[in-house]
Amino acid sequence: MSPIVFGILAILLVMSGLGVVLARSPIRSAMSLVMTLFFLAVMFLLLDAQLVAALQIIVYAGAIMVLFLFVIMLLNLQEEPAALGRVGLRYGASFIVSLFVLAAAHFLTTGTLQPGNAMADAVAPGFGSTEQIAERLFTQHIFAFELTSFLLLVAVVSAVVLAKKNLQ
Amino acid sequence: MHETASAVAIHAPYLWLIVALPALGVLIQLFLGERLGKGAVTVVAPAVIFGAFLVAAYSFLQVWGSPPGTSLELNLWPWIYAGSLHVDVALRVDALSGVMIMIVTGVGFLIHVYSTGYMHDDESFARFFTYLNLFMCAMLILVMADNLPLLFVGWEGVGLCSYLLIGFWYQVDANASAGKKAFIVNRVGDAGFLLGLFLIYWNLGAGPHTLSFGELATHAHEIPLPVVGLATLLMFVGATGKSAQLPLYVWLPDAMAGPTPVSALIHAATMVTAGVYMITRMNFLFVLAPQTMAVIATVGALTAIFAASIGLVQNDIKKVLAYSTVSQLGYMFLAVGVGAFSAAVFHLMTHAFFKGLLFLGSGSVIHGMGGEQDMRKMGGLKHHMPWTYRTFLVGTIAIAGIPPLAGFFSKDLILAHAFATFPVLWGLGMCAAAMTSFYMFRLFYMTFEGECRADEHTKHHIHESPASMTVPLMILAVLSIVGGWVGLPEFVLWGNRFDEFLAPVIHAAHGEHLAESTEIILMLASVAVAVGGWFTARTFYVTRPELPKQLADSWADLYETLSQKYYVDEIYDAVFVQPIFVLSNWLWRFFDVAIIDGLVNGAASFVSGNSSVWRRLQTGNVQHYAVSMLVGAVLVLGYFALR
Amino acid sequence: MTAAPISWFLVLAAVLFGLGALGVLIRRNIIVIFMSIELMLNAVNLVFVAFSRFLHAIDGQVIVFFVMTVAAAEAAVGLAIIISVFRNRETINADDLNLLRW
Repeated sequence: MSPIVFGILAILLVMSGLGVVLARSPIRSAMSLVMTLFFLAVMFLLLDAQLVAALQIIVYAGAIMVLFLFVIMLLNLQEEPAALGRVGLRYGASFIVSLFVLAAAHFLTTGTLQPGNAMADAVAPGFGSTEQIAERLFTQHIFAFELTSFLLLVAVVSAVVLAKKNLQ
Repeated sequence: MHETASAVAIHAPYLWLIVALPALGVLIQLFLGERLGKGAVTVVAPAVIFGAFLVAAYSFLQVWGSPPGTSLELNLWPWIYAGSLHVDVALRVDALSGVMIMIVTGVGFLIHVYSTGYMHDDESFARFFTYLNLFMCAMLILVMADNLPLLFVGWEGVGLCSYLLIGFWYQVDANASAGKKAFIVNRVGDAGFLLGLFLIYWNLGAGPHTLSFGELATHAHEIPLPVVGLATLLMFVGATGKSAQLPLYVWLPDAMAGPTPVSALIHAATMVTAGVYMITRMNFLFVLAPQTMAVIATVGALTAIFAASIGLVQNDIKKVLAYSTVSQLGYMFLAVGVGAFSAAVFHLMTHAFFKGLLFLGSGSVIHGMGGEQDMRKMGGLKHHMPWTYRTFLVGTIAIAGIPPLAGFFSKDLILAHAFATFPVLWGLGMCAAAMTSFYMFRLFYMTFEGECRADEHTKHHIHESPASMTVPLMILAVLSIVGGWVGLPEFVLWGNRFDEFLAPVIHAAHGEHLAESTEIILMLASVAVAVGGWFTARTFYVTRPELPKQLADSWADLYETLSQKYYVDEIYDAVFVQPIFVLSNWLWRFFDVAIIDGLVNGAASFVSGNSSVWRRLQTGNVQHYAVSMLVGAVLVLGYFALR
Repeated sequence: MTAAPISWFLVLAAVLFGLGALGVLIRRNIIVIFMSIELMLNAVNLVFVAFSRFLHAIDGQVIVFFVMTVAAAEAAVGLAIIISVFRNRETINADDLNLLRW
């Protein structure tokens, strides 16, 4: 069952990803991104990462994307006009990126980077649960945790300062 | 061959004072001269020289009272210690330099006193004495140096001061140009001096070399003879420049643009004798090169007669004396060339007396005439300037070589030695002596006798000079009378004491001795020639004054050539100066502008052009930058993947 | 039944990453560029979670935790900047923001 689920999800993900990149209107782009995030959350569930999936929806789709939408509506952005004379970049970038992806795909599946099929192993129960993550987070990675909280503080302050209107 | 008598060296810790006192004078006048005013400078400048004179006299008496071959030495400090060079700053007073320091400080002192009167109304009073003291310092370094490099330091120093003093009134372009000319021509000579010095050093054996004269004397035989010949010739070129011989004499007549005391001190009594001194100092080397000696003697004799011939027709009182100086220096080199070194130094001394006297006297005349230097506008001054007149007469008789005044003994000694070695040169010397007598008396008669040809305004202002100027004249006149008596011919009274005194320093043979009778005949010939010159001058300018014009008209071309100094300056200009200008111009346009500027500007424009191409990478568009980053990342990953 | 081999997940992540990169390079609207960056970050998250499952190491998911936090902070600050830029220059077209041009 997993491969089929994976396959469907994969196709949906790629399509919504394309939607993000190719949509004319920024709102459409944002909506596509929300969808992508949801599908990714399901993918995480497939990989026994329950807490991460939950966080993905709560934080990413729920907070960050809302922020994006706020800004889009605040700035009242319209559709992007058609590109004039920037075709070279478009083609060039597409080409290089496809190269990259193709190469990655090749090497990951048949080449030297192939990791094997060990996915079949079952995981211990409680893998990916809140308790396990919390235990690791608050002991081994406590320093990074504290730094990250500091980073958030800095982000809050700078966002406020930057977005403030200049006092006359 | 004279060997040096036991060369005893006495340590004399006071020698540095002789150089330091004038240097102190320089410092005082340089920094405080303007503030202290003319009165203070009038006292300080001659005083330091007098102090130097006292120390010099003391040193001289020390040497005189010691056994022959004694020298006073003082090693001040190590100077150049590089490779095999161990040159110190070392001073030395022996018989030769003892005589020199006496002349330099003695005559120098008199001229300093004279200058306080002569330059009294000049506004750059302090600057004058700064330069004058500086000159004394450099000259004393030159004559007291114990090694060649230090001598060269003094050599260059006097050249510098000569430039500064000739162009003292630099506000007039001609004066500044004369200073430049002196310096540049001297430079040509200095190049020769340096090349000779390098050759000598290069060919000395191994081991540390102090290049002191004692060391060079002992090692002179180590140098291969062809090198000796070339080195001495090159050093003679240096002497030619400094002592104004053919072909580098051209700066001396122009140097008359400087104040008259400068002409007296530098261009008569001291600086121009440096070449003679240097060769005499290095006599041990020169006697090893007979070809060079022959060249020196010939150049000396030719210069003597060449310059004398020009002096015959000059109308500027100082120009006559300038050419006379060149001519008399020619005699000194003639003496050196035939090996009569002490005779050369003897003539150097007497010349310092009477030429110094003549220049100072002419300065007195110019001062009294309110600046007039053309003899055609002078005349009859004997009534207005009695002391100047009397002392000038003494000087004229002395230079003409009429006994028993100083010039006779020294000049006759030179001519006698010349006769013994190169009779042809003796003949040239005699001709020059005749001319000397003639033009000096011509100068004397035109200036002092007859009717005064000046205009009314000047006539009213003619006055005798103050005591500060006439007293030195009197002292020098006395010296011109008695100065020759230290070098009498061998068979007269006490003989040549001067020669005996200098003997330990001169390593040369004395040349063939002439028979007594020959000597007496030569002496009589000299006197006859001198008297004949006087008589001719008297005829031309006193008894039959129409003769000069008639002679000038009938020999117009010759007169013109002599008047124009044989067009030597014009020839030099055409042959040397103009081509150098053209070359410099070409070099400037082609080399400097096109190549060097081209290289520098080209480097700049290359960078500029290059960057104007590469700057287009900075589009300011973030996405372009992102593409580059992606490309880079892909390449790196690809490399690792394909490994 | 066999689960999907991990390499499939990785290929998928690569494709998503490529799409995000494409968006960054091609789109001129800065907000969309930002969103493409978020897409790329998510692709990376997928890789981490996949390996965490594969290696039975929970640290991968902890890292994802951190990535999300940083992405949130970055989005906040970035959007504040964009608002600032919009206020000053009335445009958020990436082509028009080329002050650092030569």
